[in-house]
Formats: sequence, C-alpha cells, structure tokens
Amino acid sequence: MPDPAIEIENLTKEYPFGFLHLKKRTSLEGLSMQVEMGDVFGFIGPNGAGKSTTIKLLTGLIFPTAGSARILGKPISDVEMHRDIGYLPEQPYFYDYLTAAEVLDYFARFHDLTAANRKDRVDRMLKKVGLETARKIQLRKYSKGMLQRVGLAQAILHDPKVVILDEPMSGLDPVGRREVRDIILELKKDGKTVMFSTHILSDAETLCDRVGVIVGGELRGVGAPGTLVNMKTLGMEILFELTKQSNVPLLSSATRTGECYRLQVPEQELYGAIEQLRGAGARILSVSQVKATLEEFFMNLVEADRAQGAAVEVSGQ
Amino acid sequence: MRRAGVVALNTFREAVRDRVLYNLVFFALLMIAASVAVGQISIGIEQTVIVSLGLSAISVIGLLISIFLGVALVSKEMDKRTLYALLAKPVRRSEFLLGKFAGLVLTLAVNTAAMALGLLLAMLYVKHSLERSDTVVLVAVYFILLKLALIVALALLFSCFTTPLLAILFTVGLYIAGLYVQELRNLPIEVMSPAMSAFTKWLSYLLPNFENFNVMAMAAHGRVVPGALILQNTWYTVVYCTIVLTAAAAVFSRRNLK
Repeated sequence: MPDPAIEIENLTKEYPFGFLHLKKRTSLEGLSMQVEMGDVFGFIGPNGAGKSTTIKLLTGLIFPTAGSARILGKPISDVEMHRDIGYLPEQPYFYDYLTAAEVLDYFARFHDLTAANRKDRVDRMLKKVGLETARKIQLRKYSKGMLQRVGLAQAILHDPKVVILDEPMSGLDPVGRREVRDIILELKKDGKTVMFSTHILSDAETLCDRVGVIVGGELRGVGAPGTLVNMKTLGMEILFELTKQSNVPLLSSATRTGECYRLQVPEQELYGAIEQLRGAGARILSVSQVKATLEEFFMNLVEADRAQGAAVEVSGQ
Repeated sequence: MRRAGVVALNTFREAVRDRVLYNLVFFALLMIAASVAVGQISIGIEQTVIVSLGLSAISVIGLLISIFLGVALVSKEMDKRTLYALLAKPVRRSEFLLGKFAGLVLTLAVNTAAMALGLLLAMLYVKHSLERSDTVVLVAVYFILLKLALIVALALLFSCFTTPLLAILFTVGLYIAGLYVQELRNLPIEVMSPAMSAFTKWLSYLLPNFENFNVMAMAAHGRVVPGALILQNTWYTVVYCTIVLTAAAAVFSRRNLK
C-alpha cells in the first residue's frame, strides 16, 4: 500500500494572548488524519474551526505547538517538501504592480525551470484559468475572482504532486466555481492529491473522495461523504394528497406544500403510517428514503458544539 | 542564493514601479537651483557649498527611503499577505529576507549613483571643470551607501518582530544614537562606577557607529580620504549587516504568519 500523501499526527496549535501572552487559545487540538495518494480530500467546518490553521501548518506559514505532519514522507519543516506542493491561500493577494504573466513567471523561478519551460507553463496556466486576455494587466486592476484564478494558477504552475487549496471557490461566480471544480477533477485525473477547505458543502459532496469535518479545532469525522452521512439515517418520507377533508392524527406532523403533504416517519413505522393515510382516503404519491445530507451532518456537529460551548459558559468553567 | 536573487530583483522592480526613483526629480531640481544660486551668493567657496548641499541631500533622501521602505520590506508583505504564496514555494525565510535586503540596497545603489552623477554635473557647472581630487565626493557617496545598507538591515530586523511604527522609531533612535558613539566612548569614565563604565564601553561597541561614515567635511574641502578608512568602513558594514541579518533571520524563521 502506498504511503499516504499527507500524514498528520496529533497536530496542535495554540496562540498566546493577553498582555503578557500568558493565556493560550487553542486553534487546533490533537488533529490526526491521513490523506491518501490521489484522493480529493475536503476539509469542511464553520469559520474559526481550524481549517486554515491546519493548512497554514502544513504549508509552513505557522508552526505547531505540538504534533507533527509529513507530506509525501517529508516533514513539513523541510523546505524541499515545498517543491512537490502547490498552495492557494485564502483570499489570495499578490504583488499588484505585476501583471498575471509576471507574477506567475516570478513564482516559477523558485522551481528551477528554464526560461522556455517557464514561458510555456505560464501560458498554459493562464489559458487554463481563463486569464489569457488579461495577462498583461497589472493585478491592481483585477477583481477578487480574477485574483483567485491567479492564485489557482500559481498553485499548480509547477505540476505539484499535492495541491492544497484554502477556500478555492471563495469570491468566484458560478462559472468560476464550475471551472475550479473542473480543474480539481482534472488534477485528480492526473493522479494528483488535492486537499481543499470549503464552506460549500455541495462542492465537498460532489468532488471529494473523503471529507474531514472540523469543529472547534477538533476533527469530528473523516470518511467518504456517503459513509459520514449514513451515520445519520433520518427515516422515510411519504408524499401524499388528500382527496377529501379528513381528520388523520398524522396530519398534524405533516408539512403542506400546495396540495401535497410531506410526512417523515421512522423506517419501522412506515407501513402503519401508510395504512392510516390510505384509511383516511389519502392518495400516496411517493415514498422515499430520507438520507441525511452532508450539510445536516455538519449542522448537527456545529449545533452540538454550540450547545456544549453554552453549557460551559453557564457552568462558568 | 539564486532564490534570494529572484526576490531581490522583484524588490527592485517593485521600487521602480512604485515610483520610488521619482525622488531623483526632486534632487535634480535641487541641484539645478543650488548651482544657479551658488554662483551668485558665494565667492570662492562654490565647491564647498555645492558638495555639502549635494551630499546632505543624498544622505537625507537615502535615509528616508532606507528607513520607510526598509521597515515595509517585511511588514507590507505580511499585511497584504503576498508572503503566503511565496513561502509555500521552496524558499527559506532567510533567503527571502536576504533577497528583500539586497533588493532595497540595489535600489538605493542605483538611486545614490544617479544622485552622485547629478552632483558631479552640478560641480562641473559651478567649477567649469572636474579635478582628480573630486573623486573624494564619490568616496563620500560610497560611505553614504554603506550607511544606508546598515540602516536597511536594522529596519528589517525591527520589522521582523514589531509593528511598522515601532520599527521606524527604533531604527531612527538607533541611527541617532549611532551618530554619537564617539562621544559615548569619550565620556569621563573616572566619574562613573566601574559597572557603568563597562556598560558604556560595551554599548559604544554594540551600537552601529555612523560617525565613521561621515566624511562630508573632507569631501567639501577636497581632502583625501585614507584608503584604510574605506577598507575599515566596508568591512565594518559587511560584518555588522551579516550579524543584524542573521538575527533578523533567526527571529523571522520562528514567526507565525497569522
């Protein structure tokens, strides 16, 4: 079995604060996980959950308080590890006095590429992210979405084996988001490992082989989106119409949309509910299994975390 | 080293595109005005006046650029987060710092050289000819450049661990203190306690000695600057900058980028 692309062991990050820096705030606590070679891994969590902290630790922008991580077998403290990774920062900003072609050429120079190779790659990347026609415009005139595209181009410019993207869809319009999704899928097709953080759960659901859910600096679940979601089966949904006014007890827990009613019941109570509805003269339109979405799984975790936070606050601990 | 060179060239390009070299227009206008005025208001001391004025202007303009841009070298990159994408590339933080330092020193060198040329042209206009002894002006300009390199290194060090405003204050404070190193060494030690005396002596060697770089009076009067002083100042700048930049790299290599 090949070594994992990214291995994280007990990674912890604390930030000192207060006048004498004696107090500590934990941004990330004992994170341990792996991203397999060739996987697209989605890192999801609310604001301040620790997604960007993890990514900054992996890219060497900040240093861990405890724990360790390796990318392609090399420790994150090894600068040579950076040859094989591409990184898109959250809300990227680049030297605004340079044009897109110049900034890409500048970054390419750190990868020991020949002048001809650099030019070829810069041209290809600008085409890939749709900035061919804006290549000679200084970045100070770029929109947020265009800067995001430059950021993506510089991250994959040197053909890295592992691509780490912090909120890659941020600031992009639907077309831009679609293009980023296509690029991620293309990277996967080329055998690259992609790890990206996102707030947009549908993107994680459609793109990722595995996702990690992080809340309050702690990893709450890792697995294929389907595996995580199946942990919470919500039951069966019956869609029906009432042909006549009737007094079905179940009606009070149904939701009405136009002429239709939706009723959600536990799996074991399905047949009983159908019998009751039919007895009341209801026309059953459909019966479907209610699958929890990644969003529901995510929201359950966030709500639980908030409730726990409130409890701690109330008890004064 | 090659990667530091890439950063240095980009830093130079930034200075040029951000119109830092526009100060040369101000200097040119000053020199033209001074050349015209000096012929009318001073008799026999044209060279002294024009050289003193020119060297002072080169020094002040250079000081402003080295302090303000020196502090901004790192802090601007962190504030604007342009550093994030760069440090994810195979480049060490020490290489980044060295590149930023070299880039600004290159900018100052080009700027100072252009101003030196302007000064020589002004001298030619005033005196109608240049003599061999006038090369002392170039030595004075070289000393100004060495001084500026030292200031850039100090500004870079301070900006690695404090806010830009404090970094400016520390750099200016250290520059002013460095102008009085000789006075500090000549303090009447007999009236001080042995501990205080030792501290003063230690401090006078720790502070950057900017006094040694000031040969403006010699240049204004056409006196020759000893070769030993040129060598000593060059060596002093190289060693001092190396120590300061090493300290800056040590601090910056441990800094978390939030």
